[in-house]
Amino acid sequence: MTRYITQRLLLLPFLLLIYSFVIFVVIQAPPGDFLTSYVATLSASGSSMSAEQIQALRHSYGLDQPFVVQYGLWLKNLLQGDLGLSLEYQRPSADLISEQLGLTLALALFSFVLTWAIAVPAGIYSATHPRSIIDHVLTVVNYVGVATPNFMLALILMWAAFAYFDISVTGLFSPDFVDAPWSIARVLDLLAHIWLPALVLGIAGTARLSRIMRANLLDELNKPYVVTARAKGMKEWRLVLRYPVRLALNPLISTIGWYLPALFSGSLIVATVMNLPNIGPLLLRALINRDMYLAGGILLIYSFLTIVGTLLSDILLALVDPRIRVEN
Amino acid sequence: MAEGSIAGVAAGLAAEDRIAVASNWKLVWWRFKRHHLALFCAGLLIALYMIVLCPDFFSTQNPETTDARQAFIPVQSVHLFDDGKFSPWVPAIVGKRHPVTLRMEWQADPSRKVPVRFFTPGPVYQVFGLFESRLHLIGPADPTQRIFLLGSDRLGRDQWSRIMHGTQTSMTVGLVAVALSVILGVVLGGLSGYLGGKTDQVIQRVIELLQSVPTIPIWLALSAALPRDWTPIQVFFAITVILSLVGWTTLGREVRGRFLALREEDFVLAARLAGCSRMRIILRHMVPTFLSHIIATSSLAIPVMIINETSLSFLGLGIRPPAISWGVLLQEAQNIQTLALAPWLLIPGVVVIVAVLAFNLVGDGLRDAADPYSG
Repeated sequence: MTRYITQRLLLLPFLLLIYSFVIFVVIQAPPGDFLTSYVATLSASGSSMSAEQIQALRHSYGLDQPFVVQYGLWLKNLLQGDLGLSLEYQRPSADLISEQLGLTLALALFSFVLTWAIAVPAGIYSATHPRSIIDHVLTVVNYVGVATPNFMLALILMWAAFAYFDISVTGLFSPDFVDAPWSIARVLDLLAHIWLPALVLGIAGTARLSRIMRANLLDELNKPYVVTARAKGMKEWRLVLRYPVRLALNPLISTIGWYLPALFSGSLIVATVMNLPNIGPLLLRALINRDMYLAGGILLIYSFLTIVGTLLSDILLALVDPRIRVEN
Repeated sequence: MAEGSIAGVAAGLAAEDRIAVASNWKLVWWRFKRHHLALFCAGLLIALYMIVLCPDFFSTQNPETTDARQAFIPVQSVHLFDDGKFSPWVPAIVGKRHPVTLRMEWQADPSRKVPVRFFTPGPVYQVFGLFESRLHLIGPADPTQRIFLLGSDRLGRDQWSRIMHGTQTSMTVGLVAVALSVILGVVLGGLSGYLGGKTDQVIQRVIELLQSVPTIPIWLALSAALPRDWTPIQVFFAITVILSLVGWTTLGREVRGRFLALREEDFVLAARLAGCSRMRIILRHMVPTFLSHIIATSSLAIPVMIINETSLSFLGLGIRPPAISWGVLLQEAQNIQTLALAPWLLIPGVVVIVAVLAFNLVGDGLRDAADPYSG
């Protein structure tokens, strides 16, 4: 087990190295650079810059170097924990990202917990009561939930809350708490706001997981050991929870590997629509303004989170299911 | 009674014969037909693709016509009967300026009826770029008038006509992106499974790498990297390529698994001994055995592509105006003030949901039907 985990951990830096190269190619690919778009913004607002000034700036940011040199510099700084300067904000990218990273993780993890807290009981209920009204309702919710793009659901909820209850459901804090220092009251305020975006983010996953849970449990419930336990007079709910549910959960755990990373990158869209403090909207802005170091830093963070998410789920699966414990 | 049962047995035998000699595709079709919901959704998809073929016929006007005096006009719903007679009409819209905000406020006035006609002449359009036509499915009886079946946006463009044109783009993106993924998936997955060895190793590592990429951020970065001066057609194809770049991996894996299982079958050996080339064995002998699976998997992949395209365009990094897609239309609905004023701008989203639902249900039906010998 330890060997398996160390192997995977050793692989991590190599993966990140490959990603860093791909990411750098992508953020470097478009013609022009940050200064081109910066000069365009300047001339749109009426002011201008001389050609020498632009050249001097370009030189000081290293934008006039050949590709390999730029990548090498970037990589060298990365290894020293420096993500580079955000050209638009004129601040270190790492600072900008770390300000939002906590809440980004909080949203994804909260959404994950919410998904499981709803999906597992719902799946158990529909498996033990197949073809009941609630089971049929869950089937419909599943299809509609999977078919609705996240941002669409967010838009509908925001519009309904605004039009019928006259409240605004954007942001993660009430106005009083946006810039307040952390306190218990602020955490409570966060909890009061975070569940809606978390639900929007997780609805498709919830629907799908509850269906997987239902199918797995239905398979288990017909097995002889369940009949035996029932014949021995075991209480029904205790019997269901004790044996078949545990077995039915295994395939669900193997879905974490793609689900957790999907939540990280999916939160980008929800956060943009609902105006949440998140690295998603920051990335969107950086991409549009050609703020390459900030964009590259955020893309690296996303890749890192994705790899770690996959790794965590593999380890978890190996822990829960002895059959998967890799010896080869 | 006895005669009846003999006839019944004979009919049963005949049915069994029919099944025994039916081709694989016939069996798939018979099984698919049993899913009534899937069949209904298949009809719906055919209707949507009719719109894709010729959106202008279904539009009531040019989707680019702007008129600032007709901004944010609400939905004018079609009524088919007037005084018990078939005479379709829509209520006229009367505007009044709000005394404080000075904003135009529109009211439907059912007492003033604007007659509409089916299969009526309207603005001229090109059919497949070949010939011109004036025929429209529905339009006002008086061609100089404008009607807004699904309201208008902030520039006074007709949302109904824009949705028809958006349908063309969005449904095509899904189809083309999935077609590209299928080609990549079958060829690379096939090579990986058929050749094995080093090729297999390399392709499998590439698939793993692509599957562990944070999809949405990378898509955004790639779309942002597209040059700003590209034409809408170029952007369109670039977006489909970007979407299929990750999409092919699932199919590639599946195809590889099938190839590994089939490689040892006798008919493959026979083909090899008969001197068939590698490509011929793959495409002519192996692929047809799991073609129905590929079709079922791809029909489930199309809705995912549609949602992805819509999300990218909604964020402003996908299809760009003046091209129209469902995501581009939903960009109009981005802020809450506009939505409160004109909730009908969410209708393109409803179209997305309906189309995706239809694809999913048809895909589920196909997946169940794809293996006619089970169950």
